[in-house]
Amino acid sequence: MTTQAQLLPGTLDLLILRAVSLGPLHGYGVLLRIEQISGGALLIEQGALYPGLFRLLRQGLLKADWGTSENNRRAKFYELTAVGRKRLQEETDSWNRLATAIASALATQPEEI
Amino acid sequence: MRLFDSLRSFASNLFHRAEIDREIEEELRSHIQHRADDLERGGLPRAEAERRARIEFGGYQRLKEESRDALGGQFGEGLVLDIRFALRRMAKKPGFAIVAVLTLAFAIGANAVVFAVLNAFILRPLNVPQSESLYGPWRLSSDMSESYPDYLDLRDRNHSFETLAAYNILEAALDTGNDPSRAWVDEASGNYFDALGLKPYLGRFFHGSDEHGPNSAPYIVLTYDYWHSHFQGDPSVVGRVVRLNKFPYTIIGVGPPEFHGTLMFFNPDFFVPIVNHAQFDENDLNNRGDRWVFMTLGHLKAGVTPAQAIADLNSVGASLEKAYPKDDPKMSFKLARPGLYGDYVGRPVRTFMTALMLLAGLILLAACANLGSLFAARASDRSREIALRLALGSSRKRILRGLFAEAVLISLVGGAVGLAGSVVLLRALSVWQPISRWPLHMSVNPDVKVYAVALFLALASGLLFGAVPVGQVLRTDPYEAVKGGAVEAKRGRFGLRLSFRDLLLVVQIAICAVLVTSSIVAVRGLAHSLHNNFGFELQNTMLVETDLNMAGYRGDKVPPMQKRMMDALAAIPGVESVGFADQVPLGDAQPDSNVFADSTTDLRPANAASDALMFKVSPEYFQAAGTALVSGRAFTWQEDKDKPRVAVVNRQFARKIFGSEAKAMGAYFKMPDGARIQVVGIAEDGRYGSLTEDPQPVMFLPILQSPSNSAFLVVRSSRDPEQLGQAIRNTLRNMDAGLPVYIQTRYKTLDAFLFGPRMATISLGVLGVMGAMLSVVGIFGMASFSVSKRLREFGIRIALGAQRRELLQAALGQTFRLLAFGSAVGILLGLAAGKVIAFIVSQATPWDPIVLGGVVVTMLLLGLLAGWIPARRALATDPLLLLREE
Repeated sequence: MTTQAQLLPGTLDLLILRAVSLGPLHGYGVLLRIEQISGGALLIEQGALYPGLFRLLRQGLLKADWGTSENNRRAKFYELTAVGRKRLQEETDSWNRLATAIASALATQPEEI
Repeated sequence: MRLFDSLRSFASNLFHRAEIDREIEEELRSHIQHRADDLERGGLPRAEAERRARIEFGGYQRLKEESRDALGGQFGEGLVLDIRFALRRMAKKPGFAIVAVLTLAFAIGANAVVFAVLNAFILRPLNVPQSESLYGPWRLSSDMSESYPDYLDLRDRNHSFETLAAYNILEAALDTGNDPSRAWVDEASGNYFDALGLKPYLGRFFHGSDEHGPNSAPYIVLTYDYWHSHFQGDPSVVGRVVRLNKFPYTIIGVGPPEFHGTLMFFNPDFFVPIVNHAQFDENDLNNRGDRWVFMTLGHLKAGVTPAQAIADLNSVGASLEKAYPKDDPKMSFKLARPGLYGDYVGRPVRTFMTALMLLAGLILLAACANLGSLFAARASDRSREIALRLALGSSRKRILRGLFAEAVLISLVGGAVGLAGSVVLLRALSVWQPISRWPLHMSVNPDVKVYAVALFLALASGLLFGAVPVGQVLRTDPYEAVKGGAVEAKRGRFGLRLSFRDLLLVVQIAICAVLVTSSIVAVRGLAHSLHNNFGFELQNTMLVETDLNMAGYRGDKVPPMQKRMMDALAAIPGVESVGFADQVPLGDAQPDSNVFADSTTDLRPANAASDALMFKVSPEYFQAAGTALVSGRAFTWQEDKDKPRVAVVNRQFARKIFGSEAKAMGAYFKMPDGARIQVVGIAEDGRYGSLTEDPQPVMFLPILQSPSNSAFLVVRSSRDPEQLGQAIRNTLRNMDAGLPVYIQTRYKTLDAFLFGPRMATISLGVLGVMGAMLSVVGIFGMASFSVSKRLREFGIRIALGAQRRELLQAALGQTFRLLAFGSAVGILLGLAAGKVIAFIVSQATPWDPIVLGGVVVTMLLLGLLAGWIPARRALATDPLLLLREE
């Protein structure tokens, strides 16, 4: 069994944006996609997804429309807006900068100081 | 517009809230279903899969709320903050909040009451199917009543009504086995229920097919209410035989619960077929000249307009005119709404209610104007705070929202209090029986419409007066506040505004003065009219109403029984005199007849000398009633059918028919049947039909010469009415246990006549109090505004050693000048209105030192009351404080 990583605060929004950027998804789909793209390492409490989704919706980063899912059920599908796409890019860059910085900090050997 | 946007967003949040909730709910459910689908594919049975999916999802309600907050809870939160802030501010100045809430409560309450009454009287039609096409033919120059033969002809010959029904109202004695009781009965034509399209609640109705000539249909249909109150809602009552005026009748059915007859608010106890009329009254069913059928009514056929129906009725009338010139002269019609007794009551009630609604609306508008200026005064008190908040970056929208939250909060609380009060009042009105003798019930209970109107008025007035200070806030320049100068809007515009407010206040004060004048005039008039010369005495007189018909006395059996009753009552200790009459002045009915000069031989109505009221009275009647004879004599017991016919006439009769009282004594006049009658006495004039009437000619005829089985016994005694009533009841019961009697004091019988004046006085009084309250609030608002605006100036004046008097003059002078001017205008208008009131309340005159003095004192007191607090505030200005603030 793989150990699952705790989600860092503030990263859920980023993950949602990323998941949705790969194509329109309904809520449950977003959950599956995150699990999938994180290789099953990230598991999100199912219900907690929605306040996140709605927050992004209200900020205008996502747009949503009702449609029919592959299981033939009515579901709300989310898509990135232009603003959302831009924000994803910015957030990704800034995360990468942070991650690189932290990684390099962690990788620093005593002799390098 | 920002204001508009913020209102819209508030509204959309309020109204879309449910929709948003629904969407969230659906989406979360959809998620759980998808998860369950996956689990099911993994091999779990469906039910188990769904259970697991729900558990995995987590705390559903909590997540739902978090989701809602994420979506748009913020506006609501801001609103809650605003409301909390408004509440805190109101708690800090409870006086202001209480004044505002009370003002609105009265104004909205008044509107709710008036609207509820309007709703019940006019908007809500009779409780029958398709009541909008229901009309009653109304004979022009006469009234809605018809003779029975005329009714039958109208019914059968017209082509406009689906069918024409008729009914008549009377009283009868119902004996169900023990104590006979008096009941109000609708005699109805056989087609009555079918014409109205009603279905019985129990048993059956009578129909046209039940009529087979006079007294052929001894059936009773009970109203639902009477069935409940007198037969305990017992379904086995159908088929039971009871005695009605001693005749056996079978109860065949019970009417539907919501049906109370076709005369609004006059609720009969049961219905009997009109063909049985002879068992209730002496009018002849077949006499064409005797118009006793109270009202005819029916639904117009589909596609027939009222105008066509009138033309149709007129053509029937014309042919009847030709066939029966003596009984049916001039027969033309109009149509009236039957519910409120046609235009008799309908038109004045409609006019009165419309006027009242208008007045109530004006009062609400005035209340809003007042609260608006109070709000403006407060906003200008807070101008510094507002400017500071603006300077610190708060948006104008935010500040306005706060102001509106406060206004709407006050108006809603005021509306709720007002509505609660009006509901209490309406409930009381609904159970109130204004005239104890008649089955009048005004069901004016509030319905959904009334609540909706009250809510709408509350919201609208909140927004209305909340909007008054908007301009002020929008104009506030934050820069001024930062500079530290006085924060005031620009002079020019303010000047204009103030003068508009001046005008408003003057108008309000004038209205208030009119109302105060009118109500004092009405009260004085009402008090006066009870000390009127009625032509009979109110004090120490009781009226005992009996109808011998109800106890089975008819024809020759009537006069001896009446004499026996009179003698028996005269024997009761403490009774000074007893007389009886078929009708009494200011009683239920005023029978009249044409009279002719003695020289007239052609006794057609057109040749009549006059129309005169006709009372048939016993010998001792004048003494018992306290009617003074000016000359001549009263009747004797010897003057019966075998003696020459005589009459006592009143002075007006003597003057009108004979030219003078002297000529009248001993002279003769003729009745329509040709009988010659000699005048043997002249009685004083009095009031007979209404309290405000002009003198009318009246003749008193000996009841022994023209017998009547309806009799009012007039009993004169100084004994306590309660005890005396019991003694009278016992005496009569001992004579005939089957004789129902109705006893009241003579004063009480005037209820019906005093109803209008009393209602007018009460309405005016209530409106007067409200007008006064509004004026107080208005003056108060105005005075506090002018004081708070000039507080700095007062500080300087005090510092410079101004006298209190000068200070007060500066603070309140303008307000009091307006008060004086408004009062003067109002009193002048009130004097004019007094004339109008005199039509309703007799002897009401505004030219009365007590009235004028009362109005002046009242207005002065109102001014003092309203100016007290602002004046104290002006005097208490601390110059140091103001200087420090600088």
